[in-house]
Amino acid sequence: MEQPNTASPTEVARKDGQAPAPRPDGPSPCHADKVKIEVHDLHFWYGEKPALKGISMQIRARRVTAFIGPSGCGKSTLLRCFNRMNELIPGTRHEGQVLLDGADIHEADPVVLRRRVGMVFQKPNPFPKSIYQNIAWGARINGYRGNMDELVEHCLRQAALWDEVKDRLNDNAYGLSGGQQQRLCIARALAVEPDVLLMDEPASALDPIATSKLEETILQLKEHYTVVVVTHNMQQAARISDETAFFYLGELIEMDETEALFTHPARQRTEDYITGRFG
Amino acid sequence: MPVTATESQFDLRLAQRKRFGTVMLCLFFLATVFGLLVLLTLLVDVTVTGLRWLDWGFLTSFPSRNPEEAGIKSAIVGSLWMMGLTALFAVPLGVGAAVYLEEYAPRGWFLRVIQVNIANLAGIPSVIYGILGLGLFVRFMALERSLLAGSLTMALLILPVIVIATQEALRAVPSGIRESAYALGATRSQVIWSHLLPIASPGILTGVILALSRALGETAPLIMIGALTFIAFLPESVMDPFTVLPIQIFNWTTRPQAAFQELAAAAIIVLMVFLFLMNLSAILLRNHFDKKRAL
Repeated sequence: MEQPNTASPTEVARKDGQAPAPRPDGPSPCHADKVKIEVHDLHFWYGEKPALKGISMQIRARRVTAFIGPSGCGKSTLLRCFNRMNELIPGTRHEGQVLLDGADIHEADPVVLRRRVGMVFQKPNPFPKSIYQNIAWGARINGYRGNMDELVEHCLRQAALWDEVKDRLNDNAYGLSGGQQQRLCIARALAVEPDVLLMDEPASALDPIATSKLEETILQLKEHYTVVVVTHNMQQAARISDETAFFYLGELIEMDETEALFTHPARQRTEDYITGRFG
Repeated sequence: MPVTATESQFDLRLAQRKRFGTVMLCLFFLATVFGLLVLLTLLVDVTVTGLRWLDWGFLTSFPSRNPEEAGIKSAIVGSLWMMGLTALFAVPLGVGAAVYLEEYAPRGWFLRVIQVNIANLAGIPSVIYGILGLGLFVRFMALERSLLAGSLTMALLILPVIVIATQEALRAVPSGIRESAYALGATRSQVIWSHLLPIASPGILTGVILALSRALGETAPLIMIGALTFIAFLPESVMDPFTVLPIQIFNWTTRPQAAFQELAAAAIIVLMVFLFLMNLSAILLRNHFDKKRAL
């Protein structure tokens, strides 16, 4: 597994990030440093079925962006476009661009991309290994050469799980509660040092107490990471996000500062959804 | 008004419906009992016939023209060799093919054709594999009636079973494991070696044991390649001629003397104990890992 590599994966990733393609229609220079992900007219199909119909948006660095909308609106599909997870599903295709730090993600190696864009899934899905190994595996396969014990502790602390598991790191992760498992999955994703953390309805399988703990964790994570959260729960979006995007039938209806979107939605459909008139 | 109107339109005929249920229950129970009775009769018959021949001498003696001295030493050792060699050839090939088909092969008509063919191969009569082994291994590759030719033939026979069992075990790995491993920036082979194969290994192992127990009981393909001979020595290399338990049993049942018929029954008991132990270990393995996964 150990390869004699001249450049560590970190360096490779940095090089990727530091080569933003100059684009005429790019964002104005004063905001350029704050935009992490840019989406340009993105279409996506599952077989013949269109799931995204021309999405364009910008996601800012070190903020929490929430995607809301009724089931089947394309919010999860868009999220899974950001780390090219959709490509694992046979029969899917896309058109349009997604830029990460200005570079087209579809020109990158998906293995490199996925290390930079971590993901936490709807259902807690730890590996059937020890808590320690769950975190160490991702780092090891990406050629991490630092102190593994320190990395595991650091990631568990960031995911607010350290105090609960520090005495049983070698226990099987399946023995943890659902909420703990989900925070372990966050710690696992952090272990490969991503810039962006994608979360696909991370609290939907958790009880209210575990959910509030998870939300606290997310709020702390935005100090270091760009977080994108898909959620069905509008109160949750309001609590944790800085910006919110509302999707409907594969289109981005509205995106704004969370407070503005929830208090003064610009579009009637957004208002109908957030006031519970449909969805 | 509508309530009473609707009620009158139902004729519950409860007694009749329940009677039908009871009749079906009896039929299903009888079907089960029938199978068990046939099996039990066979077992009792074989045991009564063969048990008095079954002793340490029987297990440790070579076959002989004298029933009192005859034993199944060469058959037991031959069967063990066969199992080992067959597993050696069939497991890497079968698991490798299954990993390719499940994890690498592009979905499409070509994959479907292969898939249907593998399912068909698993159902082909074993005697056909014997003819293939005779033509390919014994004659073309000039391996003669050796252990190598026999176990290669057996490996072909159980290959489709192992491929299918492994594919099912890989498919049963929760999709969340696969996804989260890829999401960490793992390559396909890292996902396969670190997660898919370890998680699928109990299922694969169960499939392999069941496939091998099929090979253990097979006679026809070995008769086809010419292994039906009198062997009163142990094989020393894979190129030596051999005999196995089912062949020894077949050999003895073709003799007219009653004593040899009883020897065959004794050998059948040994073969069944082998098969029982293998199937039992497969079940225990599966239960053990199912429990672990449910945690």
